[in-house]
Amino acid sequence: MTKRPVRFYQVGSFAVGNRLLTDDQRTVQSDPNRTNSIDSGHRACQGCGEALGARYALDAAMRAAAGRVVTVNATGCLEVFSTPYPETSWRVPWLHSLFGNAPAVATGVAAALRVKGREDVRVVGQAGDGGTVDIGFGTLSGMFERNDDVLFICYDNEGYMNTGVQRSAATPPAARTATTDAVGPEPGNVFGQGKDLPRIAMAHDIAYVATATVADLHDLEHKVEHAMTLRGARYIHILVPCPLGWGSASSDTIKVARLAKESGLFPVFEAENGRVTSVSPIRRRTPVEEYLRLQRRYAHLFGAHPRPDIVTRLQEIADENIARYGLVNDETEEIPVLEEAKEMVH
Amino acid sequence: METPFGITLDVGSSRANHTGSWRVERPVYVDRLPPCNDACPAGENIQGWLYHAESGDYESAWRALVEENPLPAIMGRVCFHPCETACNRVRVDDAVGINAVERFLGDLAIERGWTLPEPGADTGKRILVVGSGPAGLSATYHLRRLGHAVHLVDSSHQLGGMMRYGIPAYRLPRDVLDAEIARILAMGVEVTLDHVVDDVEQERRDGSYDAVFLAVGAQIGHRVSIPAGDSSRVVDAVTFLHQVADDDPPLLGRRVVVYGGGDTAFDAARTARRLGATDAVIVYRRNREHMPANEEEFAQALGEGVTMRWLSTVNRFEGERLVLEKMRLNEAGFPEPTGELEELDADALVLALGQDTDLSLLERAPGVVIRDGVVEVAPTMMTGDAGVFAGGDAVPADRTATVAVGHGKHAARSIDDYVNGRVREAVARHELASFDRLNTWYYSDAPRTRRPELEKIRRQDTFDEVVQGLTEENALFEARRCLSCGNCFECDNCFGVCPDNAVIKLGGGERYEIDYDFCKGCGICVSECPCGAIEMVPEKI
Ligand SMILES: Cc1cc2nc3c(=O)[nH]c(=O)nc-3n(C[C@H](O)[C@H](O)[C@H](O)COP(=O)(O)OP(=O)(O)OC[C@H]3O[C@@H](n4cnc5c(N)ncnc54)[C@H](O)[C@@H]3O)c2cc1C
Ligand SMILES: Cc1ncc(C[n+]2csc(CCOP(=O)(O)OP(=O)(O)O)c2C)c(N)n1
Ligand code: SF4
Ligand code: SF4
Ligand SMILES: [Mg+2]
Repeated sequence: MTKRPVRFYQVGSFAVGNRLLTDDQRTVQSDPNRTNSIDSGHRACQGCGEALGARYALDAAMRAAAGRVVTVNATGCLEVFSTPYPETSWRVPWLHSLFGNAPAVATGVAAALRVKGREDVRVVGQAGDGGTVDIGFGTLSGMFERNDDVLFICYDNEGYMNTGVQRSAATPPAARTATTDAVGPEPGNVFGQGKDLPRIAMAHDIAYVATATVADLHDLEHKVEHAMTLRGARYIHILVPCPLGWGSASSDTIKVARLAKESGLFPVFEAENGRVTSVSPIRRRTPVEEYLRLQRRYAHLFGAHPRPDIVTRLQEIADENIARYGLVNDETEEIPVLEEAKEMVH
Repeated sequence: METPFGITLDVGSSRANHTGSWRVERPVYVDRLPPCNDACPAGENIQGWLYHAESGDYESAWRALVEENPLPAIMGRVCFHPCETACNRVRVDDAVGINAVERFLGDLAIERGWTLPEPGADTGKRILVVGSGPAGLSATYHLRRLGHAVHLVDSSHQLGGMMRYGIPAYRLPRDVLDAEIARILAMGVEVTLDHVVDDVEQERRDGSYDAVFLAVGAQIGHRVSIPAGDSSRVVDAVTFLHQVADDDPPLLGRRVVVYGGGDTAFDAARTARRLGATDAVIVYRRNREHMPANEEEFAQALGEGVTMRWLSTVNRFEGERLVLEKMRLNEAGFPEPTGELEELDADALVLALGQDTDLSLLERAPGVVIRDGVVEVAPTMMTGDAGVFAGGDAVPADRTATVAVGHGKHAARSIDDYVNGRVREAVARHELASFDRLNTWYYSDAPRTRRPELEKIRRQDTFDEVVQGLTEENALFEARRCLSCGNCFECDNCFGVCPDNAVIKLGGGERYEIDYDFCKGCGICVSECPCGAIEMVPEKI
């Protein structure tokens, strides 16, 4: 949720900009002189949420740090699609080392800058969910526990997309991936496993933990900017739909992210020093079904042999999130499953 | 350049990689027809003028408005605003208060003395306009803009037609009417009042006009024969209202019954209340559901103490006793007599059963077809008599001031074609910006501003205006509620949501451009455009 209530009735607080808003009410993205941290010509798929999320986050970080940012990137789509030698899309200082060590490399960069007395230069580490939740987890936890002065951003597309959509510990239950086939009595990814990294990060009692999606730019930018005002270890977990891995239409990337939040499956909140300090309430509470139906990775739950029992279990997860974080308030509208949506199984 | 050991190529930008080649569909900016514009009988570009009002640039808003309609202060009061019925915002919360903003702009223009555009360069053509109601005035304005000389003739003593002699002053103050008429006359118009045109062809020859526009309206109150005693007072509503407008109101007594269910009936009843009637009863043969009168006017009338007798017809009027017959609706919704009679005390009966048109001036015009009491016209508004055009209440259409304004404009453009020997090709209308084209996520909800109404008590005995205007703050708020259906309003969404930075922001009203070198054709911009101003079209491969 945006922290600057913009009383602008034509577009509320949700559009990227508007000719009638003052500059401080507009997003970084509405600025024609934004950094464009990732330049055109990158090789991300059509409608890639990760390319978009990374530009959103880094452009905001660049503005907050007056252009003095060093980024450290783990292996993954974001690295591969942006930097096929000798071309690069990065318009920010950018380092890549390995799949599993981005937090450690970022720690090293921060240490080197400290030694050089360059505390004006800020460090942002970034990785996909595989690089964060799985293989990078050890070094990330170390970075948190030492309270190194790094903002670490996870672009969560819920799987190992770069290598062909394998399951990660961030893949949701029932989703089909290359390693969780949609076969048998419990098709797709199993229930009851996986890691909730924002909560694990909070358990480290670090200064700032937040979640965001590419569907609410004001909120995402606010969180990055706020994180940049703090020192020490900070973590932002951004949901970035992957049209290829999720089997969603390339044009629906933002819609899918919006529904993840509006259904309650992806809670959007902020926490400081281990405590939740704010949540983004659901505006239009939508049944998970509507979110699931937009994605072929859940196609086995619908169609000729539907699995309403599994949809119900996923709805329960959403309902638990809603209860845990208090995502519904007086202004939340209830949206029923639309008949048209029911026909939208790919 | 020296490269480090093992490195053979210099680092280059990914901009060398034109990913636009991946595309199979391309996004294209479009302007779709907003439903308000589509519904406006005067053909106003409502979304277009609201766009200027949104930024507080009221003069540009007013200028965009008067491109189509020179009477915004009048329309902002009397128009039944079909635009608001069609407005997409109805499905978000409540329609944009278009009519109220229009009035705000119209009043501001009068207050600030804004003038209409200069007339066009003199064409040497002379056009006769018969009738100075909304149709005649609108035609006059548009003809002057096109550079034609206009001779405006009216049989009444003052200009304005039903806007002066029908619509009561508490809905349309005469200073507003006068101001908007004066502004048109200031463009240079020859006016002749108190002159009845009784033979169009004769008049056309005598004055050697190049074309004629007939906007004679429907002046005669429709009469039905109701058995009435000698002492019973029966008048028709248009005559009654005309007399009131002339400051010569007839004496109707304390108990006035109005027969009819249209707007004229309500105007007559409300006027009777203001003249001192203690009882003003409207007798209507059907029920509320089937009543043609405008909802707002109905509510205002009840608020002023007007009462209703539903499902009744007038059987006879004897002295001070009005005999009504009760009706019942059949399955088709038509009233059928029940034979049951009722009595009502009444000093006067006002008939508001519609108006008829006096078309005797066309008797000698060749080729003119009159059907159901009105003149048939072609889509150009030309009658069967070449060079004679007609519009407003005298032709088959809804009888409203707004329709009349639209006719006047349309006829003026057709007359321009006619006198120049041109035939205009029909232009295709833009595709409708229907609700399903919008992404309403981006519009936050806001309740509509209601225009304050005069206190009931004051309303009952004065002809002061009942509905008050919006304050500037409210007008701005209301304008900003517009969703800008189908037309870019520069919200920057497309510029922000493109994962490939392939949208170029031109800014300052110039909107955006797609960089097709890098657009991969994902279509996110199309999905996330709040107002549906981008379309995906297949790439020609
Ligand atoms: C009581 C009442 C209330 C109404 N309220 C509304 C309302 O709230 N909103 C709305 O949109 N509409 C309303 N209407 C309808 C609206 O007034 C008419 O539809 C509109 O005025 C028609 O415009 P017009 O230009 O065709 O004709 P008119 O306004 O009737 O003007 C015709 C003019 O032609 C002149 N004329 C006629 N014959 C001749 C001739 N032979 N020679 C010279 N001059 C001639 C007449 O004197 C008159 O001035 C109302 C009508 C009435 C009667
Ligand atoms: C040690 C190691 N193991 C495996 C790989 C292969 N590998 C490269 S990227 C990747 C998955 C990346 O997944 P994620 O971090 O979620 O990023 P995404 O591509 O989904 O954005 C894998 C398995 C590697 N580069 N290094
Ligand atoms: S696979 Fe997914 S994350 Fe990777 S580039 Fe394609 S859309 Fe983006
Ligand atoms: S929201 Fe605006 S553009 Fe759309 S129909 Fe209503 S007034 Fe017209
Ligand atoms: Mg991933």
